[in-house]
Formats: sequence, structure tokens, C-alpha cells
Amino acid sequence: MKRTARVPLRNDGEEQRRFARRAWASFALIVLALAGLSARFFWLQVVRHAEFVTRANDNSIHVRFLAPPRGMIFDRDGVVLAENVPAYRLEVIPDQVHDMDAMLARLATVVPLSPDDLSRFRQALQEHHRFQGVPLRNRLSEDEIARFAINRWRFPGVEVEPYLRRYYPLGALTAAVVGYVGSIDAREAERLQGTPWADMNQIGKTGIEREYEKRLRGTPGYELVEVNADQRPVRVLERVPPRPGENLYLTLDMHLQKAAYAGLRGRAGAALAVDPRNGQVLALVSSPSYDPNLFVGGISESNYKTLLDDPHHPLLNRVTDGVYLPGSTVKPFLAVAGLELGLRTPQYTVDSVGEWHIPGVAGRGYRDDVQGGVGVVDLAQAIEMSVNTYFYKLAYDMGIDRLSAFMAKFGFGRPTGIDLPHEASGVLPSRAWKQATQKRPWYLGDTVITGIGQGYWQVTPLQLANALSTLADFGRPQRLHLLLATQDGAGAPIVPPPPPPAQAPVIAHRADWDAVMQGMVRVVNGTRGTARGLDVGFPYRIAGKTGTAEIYSRTSHLWDNGLSTQELALRHRALFIGFTPASDPRVAGVAVLERAAWGGRDAAPIVRDMFDAWARQRHLPDIQLPGDVLPAYAPLSLPPGQTLPAVPPATALPHSGSVLSRPAAVTSTPP
Amino acid sequence: MSRTLLRAEVFLRRLLLRPRLDLPLLAALLLLAALGLFFLASAADLSWRTIGGQALRFVIGFAVLYTIARVPPAQFRRWTPPLYATSLLLLLLVLVHGEGSGADRWLNLGVVRFQPSELLKLTMPMMVAWYLARRPLPPSWRDTGAVLLLIALPAVLIAKQPDLGTALLVVMAGAFALFLSGLSLRRIGLMFAVLLALLPVAWHHMHDYQRERVLTLLNPESDPLGTGWHIIQSEIAVGSGGVLGKGFMQGTQAQLQFLPEHTTDFILAVVGEEFGLAAVLLLLALYLFIIGRSLWIASNARDTYARLLGGALALSFFVYVLVNGGMISGLLPVVGVPLPLVSYGGTSAVSLLAGFGVLMSIHAHRKFMK
Repeated sequence: MKRTARVPLRNDGEEQRRFARRAWASFALIVLALAGLSARFFWLQVVRHAEFVTRANDNSIHVRFLAPPRGMIFDRDGVVLAENVPAYRLEVIPDQVHDMDAMLARLATVVPLSPDDLSRFRQALQEHHRFQGVPLRNRLSEDEIARFAINRWRFPGVEVEPYLRRYYPLGALTAAVVGYVGSIDAREAERLQGTPWADMNQIGKTGIEREYEKRLRGTPGYELVEVNADQRPVRVLERVPPRPGENLYLTLDMHLQKAAYAGLRGRAGAALAVDPRNGQVLALVSSPSYDPNLFVGGISESNYKTLLDDPHHPLLNRVTDGVYLPGSTVKPFLAVAGLELGLRTPQYTVDSVGEWHIPGVAGRGYRDDVQGGVGVVDLAQAIEMSVNTYFYKLAYDMGIDRLSAFMAKFGFGRPTGIDLPHEASGVLPSRAWKQATQKRPWYLGDTVITGIGQGYWQVTPLQLANALSTLADFGRPQRLHLLLATQDGAGAPIVPPPPPPAQAPVIAHRADWDAVMQGMVRVVNGTRGTARGLDVGFPYRIAGKTGTAEIYSRTSHLWDNGLSTQELALRHRALFIGFTPASDPRVAGVAVLERAAWGGRDAAPIVRDMFDAWARQRHLPDIQLPGDVLPAYAPLSLPPGQTLPAVPPATALPHSGSVLSRPAAVTSTPP
Repeated sequence: MSRTLLRAEVFLRRLLLRPRLDLPLLAALLLLAALGLFFLASAADLSWRTIGGQALRFVIGFAVLYTIARVPPAQFRRWTPPLYATSLLLLLLVLVHGEGSGADRWLNLGVVRFQPSELLKLTMPMMVAWYLARRPLPPSWRDTGAVLLLIALPAVLIAKQPDLGTALLVVMAGAFALFLSGLSLRRIGLMFAVLLALLPVAWHHMHDYQRERVLTLLNPESDPLGTGWHIIQSEIAVGSGGVLGKGFMQGTQAQLQFLPEHTTDFILAVVGEEFGLAAVLLLLALYLFIIGRSLWIASNARDTYARLLGGALALSFFVYVLVNGGMISGLLPVVGVPLPLVSYGGTSAVSLLAGFGVLMSIHAHRKFMK
């Protein structure tokens, strides 16, 4: 031994022999161990066989899975958005039914069974064990329960079982955010196999219900039940209660949500409001909407077909997945870029004559909205009147590379990262993008029309709100989010999630921000503003920008002067973005209408409605909801585990400069 | 046309002839896989999704086995340190990635999700064999210490996941290589004595909640139905099966769902119930043959590296069989170890067959004797 340690020369033959000895010894031990194992199986299966046969036959203890109550979802004030209501359903244990078809036919005479119920049942039948209860008919009425009860003896293997049904009290109003739960499909079942959740039959399909599925679903419990010869439970031997899912508080404010929903009036479009200081989404509506309650427990085929065939596509979440030409709403962002890149000063002027030509290029020019143009305009006026010529030239001077790079800082062209399961990326045009997707080089003309948000640029309303929020918060990007806080069980502390990482500011000079904001204020209260009059009667200054994007390319040289608004609505999308109070922004709103004539006339009032709701809710005492335990619009920065203090109902704004006329109620204290 | 045909022929020749697979071992593995699918079909109530999924895993697994068998052990040897380092890195990644969300041992690679700890079951014996193959054997105290360090590093990372069960299996895979290298029995005994002496000390220094955690860690994927219940039901299932069993899909214990996990960790109980002692003994005999054949292949390996690696893989395989069989028959506590190549799911079928691919390669490149 010592010799080998001292001499580094290897003796392979000796090593091999040593290995063989060890291997043989191991093998002998393995034979011994497996023989022992065999003996143990012999002991169980032969010697004690009779005893275990008796025990197997007498096995009268069943395990019953206890579904955990799903976490509730509330808005920021504690308004219930998703809850669980007790209900009853019919369940069939296939093994105890001898002739399924005959039984179903007889049962249908007692409790009505729709073709949808039957087809869903047959589907579920294939995926369940034959000793497991398969749901046949959900939501039994009391009358139906009573009728079944007197006929129960005729239907062995059919039981009335209580369950908790998911319910969305506000229905279509919050469908785009909250989403819905539905029956687990084959793929999801595969994923859950082997977990304690394998016996569940509902899972979050869209929206918050899906995004926070793991937090919401809780942990199942079980019950060991002793049953008699008829498999009926006699007593409960052991019970481990299920652990309910976490309750979620969303950043939504139902006052703003309702205002946005009402303002859209079911027209195809989207509206949302955010708090730019922290990225909290206060309202998020996709219109037209749908009743998420239809999906709970499986949607009927006819209902689903109606939703799918609707020409307005109510199932499409237009906020996250609708992509639109941004039109003139991009002008404030381009103005910021122009100032920050040193290409423009607020005083720099451009003469709008109705058409603009790329220097040195003759032929068809790029048009202003107004025939003949509006004359010489500076930055603020260019934003106020949405002067295309100004932005054609700005985009041309900036060039697509710098334009694209700067707009990327506002989050265009990529998902915002909001806590929803899906969102579209939109398109932020660039040379590389066009080459990759269109296989054609970038033309100068592409740059020019990009300057007014036409051409290839595509945004989701959510991206627009994200960019607007960044702009409104003086260029500080905040990740938009919907989760305000979570609560692990009733009575547990309400805990805010960890704050998202801070991002680099987009605007370096406050003066640049002021200049753009001035222009946006003139959009609303300037004499020639494209949304003039929007702030009439509103307590604070509003800064905004209209957008009217053309869906179809122009086929003629005619101006639109003679067209009626109905005709225009067919070819226009109307957009509006705005924030208020202008110099200390606390709420920012976006509205998009797919078929409307003008951004200022059609989309802007929706944003104003949301702002009205915001001002009433947060600054007037008349609508204070009970349970207002979360701070109004202050960023959450509490140490985890600490409950949030009640909020002072009315907060005076520090920047009085932006306040046009402050209502007396702002400074008074409500009861 | 004829060129393509020629190419196809050359390809086929290579496919069939190049790696000289050990046919008895391959036949035993194929038989085990086929038996496994049959038992699974019965346990899973003929769910084609389950059977198909498992069949697909076997197809992938045997393809991996075949591919690995073509690589000479010298190649593995060269790649061992980077492979070991990569698996350590992945373990760290899982620790950082899964932070906060608890027992998240999976790494999502987009297409496949896998547990890096599964990788260690292969790279750990590789690394120990690599190290020992360069040193004079039997190993000195210094080398033994170095090997223990190599073993402890990933073991601690896995135990932190927390998955003490897998950590122990990985430790064993490395320790087997050390044992086979000829470490003197006296030293092994000494090390065990030190370890045993340290255990109560460590236990004493733990907080109550830590102890509780250790106890639950021993039982990962802890089922909500309690372990005692499991064992009793498993014994009833096995015992009531008798010599020949109750027949295909006729096991009341399994089919009435007294046995949770009856397609995964507890499938041997279903086999015992539905096909009786005969099937259990058949399985055990098959396992014994596979282990013996693997040890034989390892003894005939070309060099120390291949020898230690092959031997460690064979012994690890035995441990899975023993732990699972012991659990089913109520001899050992419930630990989440699947029955090799019979239990449904996970990456274990593929990683096991990858291990046999290494053995096949060792065989194909064995020392030329006669």
C-alpha cells in the first residue's frame, strides 16, 4: 500500500484486480439485499396474503379531496371583483352506473340536461377514473335539488355535491383585467399530474386569474372517510383542511373603471388610466366586453360561438393585444426627442403651408391636416394644432435611427411587462425591422411619415399608456402593473409586492419637459387646440394630445373637407392621451376608438370621464368607499408584513400653479 | 439516385455496426422498458396519454443511449471537468432563479424543463472517477479529502434546493466510485464513525423548524395524504396480490385510488397487487441481471476512469431499486425515488438510459482480451 502511494507509477493490473474484488463484494451484497427484498415480498404476498385480502376487501376508508377556496380579487378599495359562491352540482361515479345512456335519459326527465352538459360530461368521462365523481350538471337550482332528492334511489352512482363556484360580480366591466377560470384542459391536466392539484377542475384561463394562478389556487386538503357497504360515508376519520388561495388587491379603481366603460359605450376600442408616479393601472377596459361568468364551469357551445362570431371580437383584449397606428399621439414623444437631442428649441419655428417636401425631392408632398396650412408655428403651437409639417421636418432632421432609438426608451415596440398573461409587442419601425420583415430597405419617406405616427408604427393602447406614463412622470419609466397587494388568508396582513426595479430616466432636462407639457396643455385649452374645451369645469389643468390615424392609405388627392363625420369614422381611428394635473401629473389616461372620426371629439371625452371620476373619488368626500385601507395613489413602500394605514381622504396638491380653480372640498375634511 | 442509396447504406451500416453494443444488457433494458410500459398501462387505467408520454420518453432515452454509446470513454474523460462545472453552474442558477418560490428545482430551457440535480447523477461519478484515475490508488488521505470536497459541493447545493433525497443519491454515486477505487475498509469505517458522531451534533445545533424541514426534506414532493397512510395502503395492495395477482387493471387498491402516486413512485405496489409475487420477482431478477452485467462491463473496462465510472453507475442503479422496493414493502421510509424504467414521468428514464449509454460505450471500447 505504502509503496503505491510513494511511487506515482500506476499498476493497472493491480488496480483492476482490486476493482474486481470490490465489484464482486458489492455484487454479493446486492444479491443478498435483493434476496432480502424478495423475502419481504414473499412474506407479504404469500405468508400474510390471506390477512391482506381481508383488509383489502374491508378497506372502507376513502380519501376525499377537498378543493381549496380560490383567493378573492378586490380592487384597491376592497370592491369585490372575483369571489366564490356556494353552489350544488350533480356528479356521477361511472363505476356504479351500469347503463350510462339509459341512466342519463331517465335522469333528464328529473333534472333538465342540456346537450352542452352532456357533451362536456362525455368529455370529462374519458379523463376521469371510473371510481371518481364526474361533474354532470353545474348550478342546480333548489327546485332541481329537491326533485332529484326524492328520485335519488333510482340513480345509484349519482350524487348532489356542494362546490364553490367562481363569480365575477361586475361581469363585463372587469373582464379584460380579471379574466376568468374555466375547466382544465388536457394540456393543463398533464402539467398538474402528480401535484396535489391534480384533482382540481378549474384553472385561471386569462387575465389576473391566469397570471396569478399559483397564488390564487391555494393548497388542497383531504378527508379520510369511513364508508359502509354502499360506499356512503359513515364518519370522518381524519381531516386536513384545504388552505385557501391568497387574496389579491388590484390597483384598479372601480370609479375610473366604470367611467371608462361607460365612456366607451360598447364601441370597439380601449381605455385605460394609470398613475404615472408608480405605474399603477387605475382603469383598464377593452370594449366591447363579455360576461366572464359564462366561462366558469365551461362555456356552452352556443354562447361561445356567439362570442367568436361577433364581428367586434369581444374576446380580444384590445388594451394588451389590439395594435393600432398611433397617429398624432406620438408627437409629444417626438417633441421630447427633438429637444433632448438638441435638434429643436421651443422657439424654433416651421412654416406650415399645407404640404411639405423632402428637400430636393419634387413630386407629391406630405400633407397637413388643413388645406393651405396654418402658417408659422413653434413647438407648443405645433403640438396644439397637431401640425404635421413640423413633425415631418423634425423626423427628417432626426433620421430614423435616432428616432427609433429614442422612442424605444419610451417602451414602444416591446411588451410593457405588465402582469397580464399576454400582450402584443407592436412595431417600432427601424431600418433593421423593415429589412427583417419587409425585405426592403428603409426609405426617407418612411422616416417622414413615422414622424406623425403613420406608416409602420404599431402600438397597443397599453404601450401608449406606458409611454405616456413615462412622459407624465418627467421621463421616469415605471413598470405598469395591476397587483397592489396580496393577503395570505382572511385577516392576514395585506402585503405589497416588491417594487419593480427602477429604470433610467428618459428626459434629462426639466425645461424640455415643461415645453412639451405647455404644448399639450394648449391642445386642451388653446384657442386652436385639437381638443379645446376638454377641461371646461375640471378642477385641474389637463395636458393632452389627440390622434386620428388613417386605417386605409389614401387613394386620391382629394382633401377630406367635404366628408361627413360618419364617412370619416369608417376610415379613422380616434385616439387621445392625456394627464392631469398638468404640472404635477397624478393620473394619465388613454382612449382608442376603432371607428370614430376625430381623436379630440370622440376619444378625448372618454379620458375626461375617467379624470372626472378620479377627481370626484380622490378629492371630493362624497364617494368614500368603506374599507379604504390602501393608500390612495401613494407609491407603496412599506416593509413586508406591515398593514397599510388608512389614507387621508383629501390631499392638497403641492403645485398650485397647475390648479385652475380648486373646489372648496379639496381642502375640507370629510366626515 | 444511386448515390443517395449508397449513402443510406453506409449510414445504416454505421448505425448498426459502429458502437458494438452489449446485446445482453440492451436486451434486458428493452425487456424492462416493455414490462414497464405494460405495468404502467395497467396502473394508469389504460390512459393513452400517460402510456404514450412514457413511450416517447423511452424512445428519446434509447436514442440518447445509442448516441452516447458511440462516444469513446476517453472523450468523456476529457469532457468531465467542464461537464461537472456546468452542472454546478446550473445548480447555482436554479438556486438563484428559484429564489423565493421555494422548492423550484426545475430549469426551463424553453423546449425542455429539467432538473440539474438529475444531471449530477451522471456527472458526479464522472468527476470522482476523473480525479481518482489521475492519482495513485488506493487514494491517499489527501486525495480522499479532495474527492469528498468534490462530492460535498454539489450535494450542499442540491440539499439547499431543498431536495435532501436527491442530494443523498448524488453523494452515494460519488462515494461508490471512491469505494470501488479501493479505499481501505478501515478508512471507510473511520469516516462513517466520524459522520455518525457528527450527526447528533448537527441535529442539536438545528432549530426546531430546521429539524422539521429536514424531516420533510427526506420526503420531497410530500404528498398531502400522509406517509403512514401510504405505507399501509401499499402493503395491503402488495399483500392482497398474492402469488399471481388480481389481473390486468383489476387491482382494487390501485384502481380505487387508495394508492396515490400509483403510476409514479408507487407503481411497484400496483405491480405487486395486479401481477403478484411472480411479477415482482421477475422485475427483481431483471434488475439483478442488469446490475451484474454492468459490473462485469465495468471490470473489463480499458482504464481506471471507465472502470470506476461504470461501477459507480451500476451501484447507483441498484440503490434506486433497493430504496423504491424497500419503500413499497414497508422496510424503508417514504423517499421520492422512482422505480427505474418502470415509474411514469420525469427525466429519470432518460437520464438512466444515458447512464447505460456510458456503460455501452465502456463496453464498446473495452480492453481487448482473450
